[in-house]
Amino acid sequence: MKTIIMLELQNINYSVRENGVEKQILKNISFQIQDHKNIVITGQNGSGKSTLAKIIMGIIQPTSGKILFNSEDITNLSITERAKKGIAFGFQQPVTFKGLKVKDLLRIILNDEFDCNECCTYLSKVGLCAKDYLNRPLDNKLSGGELKRIEIATVLARQAQLNIFDEPEAGIDLWSFDNLVNIFQEQNATNLIISHQHKIISIADMVILLNSSKIDKIGTPDEIIKFIDTTKKCEKLRGIK
Amino acid sequence: MDAITKELLVQTSDLHAIPQGAYNIRKDGKLLSRNCSKEIQIVSKQDRDGIDIIIAPNTKNQSVHIPVVITQGGLNDLVYNDFYIGENCDVLIVAGCGIHNDSEQSSTHNGIHTFHIGKNAKVRYVEKHLGLGQTNSGKILNPTTEVHMDEQSYFEMETVQLGGVTYSDRKTNAVLQANATLIINEKILTTDAQKAMTNFNVELVGENSKVEVTSRSVAQNDSFQEFNSNIIGKAKCFGHVECDGIISDRAIINSTPKISAQDVNAMLVHEAAIGKISEDQIIKLMTLGLTQEEAEKQIISGFLS
Ligand SMILES: Nc1ncnc2c1ncn2[C@@H]1O[C@H](COP(=O)(O)OP(=O)(O)OP(=O)(O)O)[C@@H](O)[C@H]1O
Ligand SMILES: [Mg+2]
Repeated sequence: MKTIIMLELQNINYSVRENGVEKQILKNISFQIQDHKNIVITGQNGSGKSTLAKIIMGIIQPTSGKILFNSEDITNLSITERAKKGIAFGFQQPVTFKGLKVKDLLRIILNDEFDCNECCTYLSKVGLCAKDYLNRPLDNKLSGGELKRIEIATVLARQAQLNIFDEPEAGIDLWSFDNLVNIFQEQNATNLIISHQHKIISIADMVILLNSSKIDKIGTPDEIIKFIDTTKKCEKLRGIK
Repeated sequence: MDAITKELLVQTSDLHAIPQGAYNIRKDGKLLSRNCSKEIQIVSKQDRDGIDIIIAPNTKNQSVHIPVVITQGGLNDLVYNDFYIGENCDVLIVAGCGIHNDSEQSSTHNGIHTFHIGKNAKVRYVEKHLGLGQTNSGKILNPTTEVHMDEQSYFEMETVQLGGVTYSDRKTNAVLQANATLIINEKILTTDAQKAMTNFNVELVGENSKVEVTSRSVAQNDSFQEFNSNIIGKAKCFGHVECDGIISDRAIINSTPKISAQDVNAMLVHEAAIGKISEDQIIKLMTLGLTQEEAEKQIISGFLS
C-alpha cells in the first residue's frame, strides 16, 4: 500500500538578525508526516518548537526551505489560505480579545452553521459547560486553564485535516489531562502536538526531538525516551517519570 | 411616520413600532407623539423646551423611550429633560438621538438630561447616537447628563455613538451617595474628519459608593477623539476607569483619565491603552480562516459591541 504524505518540510531554515548578529533559530529541518497520525514535537525550552509550528501555519516565513501540504507547495501561502486548506492552530499562549466572546469565535469557525448544540459538543470535549462559557468574553478574566481549553475547543471546531497544538497540556489540571489525551486519540485528523508530557509523547506514532534549532532524532516514543535517557540531553524531559 | 424617521427610531432606539409603555418622541424640535402610563408621567416644561419625566416610587419592569430625531438641516435643537425616579424603582430609559441631514447646513441637538435617582432605585439608561445623510454637512450631538444618585441606588448608562456624527461633545457628571453604584459603558466610533469629545466627572461622596467607567473608542481615517475623566473619591469608595482606544490611518485619540483620592479609604484605579489592532488578535482570527480585513472587522465590531 502506498503511504500518503500529508505534510512535508524540506530543509527549513529560519534566522533573525539580533543586534546586527545573525541568529539561527531553525536549522535544516526536514520531515514527513502521514495522514491520520499523532506526531509529537518535543525538546528543550527555546529549541525552536513554537517557531517551527508557526512556520507550518504561515505565521512566520522561513528564511529558506519548502513546505508541502497534500503535495502542494504552501510555502508562500498566507495564514488564511493555509487555514482554508485544512490546517488548524492552537496557540501556546491563547490570544485574548476585548469584546469578542467565546461564541463569537465559534461562530466565525462554524460560519452559518452556527448552532449551540455543536458549540456545546466542542466545549464539553474540553471539559467546559457551554452554558457557562458561550457568553463569556475571551479576555483575561478567564483563567489560564480556561483560556487554554477554549483554545483547544476552537481547534477541534475547525474540523481540520491537520491540527497543530502548541503545548496543549500547559495549564490543564491533572483531572482533565487524561481527557485531553483521549481527544488526541479519538481525533479523526492528524495532530501535530508540541509537548513535554510523557503521556502525550507515549501516544504518538512518531516523535520529533528538537535540540538547539536542529532535529536531534525522529523515532517512536520508546526510542526517543530511551535516547533522551541515555544521552541526557533534554533536562526537562529527564525529570518526567 | 415617514421612512427616515422610522429608520432613525430603529437604529437609535431599537423601536420597530410604537413602544410599549411611556414614550415621548421629539422630531425636528417639536413633540411628535407622547404616552404616559399610570406610574410614569411626562410633562412639558413651562419655562423652556423640554420635559419632566416623573416615575412613581416602586415602579418595576417598566420602560420610557424618549427618542429624538432630526431630519432637517440648519436646526439647532436644545432640550432639557429632567427625570425624577422614585425610591425602589427598576426601570429602563432609552434616549436615542438620530440626525438625518441631507442638506448643506449643519444640524445640532443639545440634550441636557438630569436624573434624580431615588433611594434603592435601579435604572438602566441607554443612549445611542447616529448621523446619516448624503452630504458632508454637520451632524452635531452634544449630550449632557447629570446624575444625582441617592443612597443604595444603581444607574447603568450605556452610551454609544454609532457613526456619522461629525462632532460631539459629551459631558457626564455624577454625584453618588452612600452605597450607590454607577456603571458607565461608552463606545464611540469616529471616521473621516469627525471629532468626538468625552468628559466624565464623578464625585464619590458617600461611603461604599462605586463607579466603573469603561470607554472603548475606535478612531479611523482623520478623526479625532478626546477622553477626559475625573473621578473624585471623598469617602471610602471604589472607582475604576478603563479606557481603550484603537486607532488607524491618521486618527488621533487623546486620553486623560484623572483620579483624585480625597479620603484615605478611597480606592481609585485607572487604566488606559491606545494603539492599533493587536497583531496577535488578527493572526488568531486568520488561523480560523478569516482574511486580514475580515479579522480586523470582527475585532472592531466585537470591541464596540
Ligand atoms: N523574533 C525573534 N527574535 C529573536 N529570537 C527569537 C525570535 N523568535 C524566537 N526567538 C528565539 O528562538 C528560540 C526558539 O523559540 P521558540 O519559541 O520556538 O522555542 P520553544 O521550543 O517553543 O520553547 P518553549 O518550550 O519554551 O516554548 C528562543 O531562543 C527564542 O528566544
Ligand atoms: Mg514554545
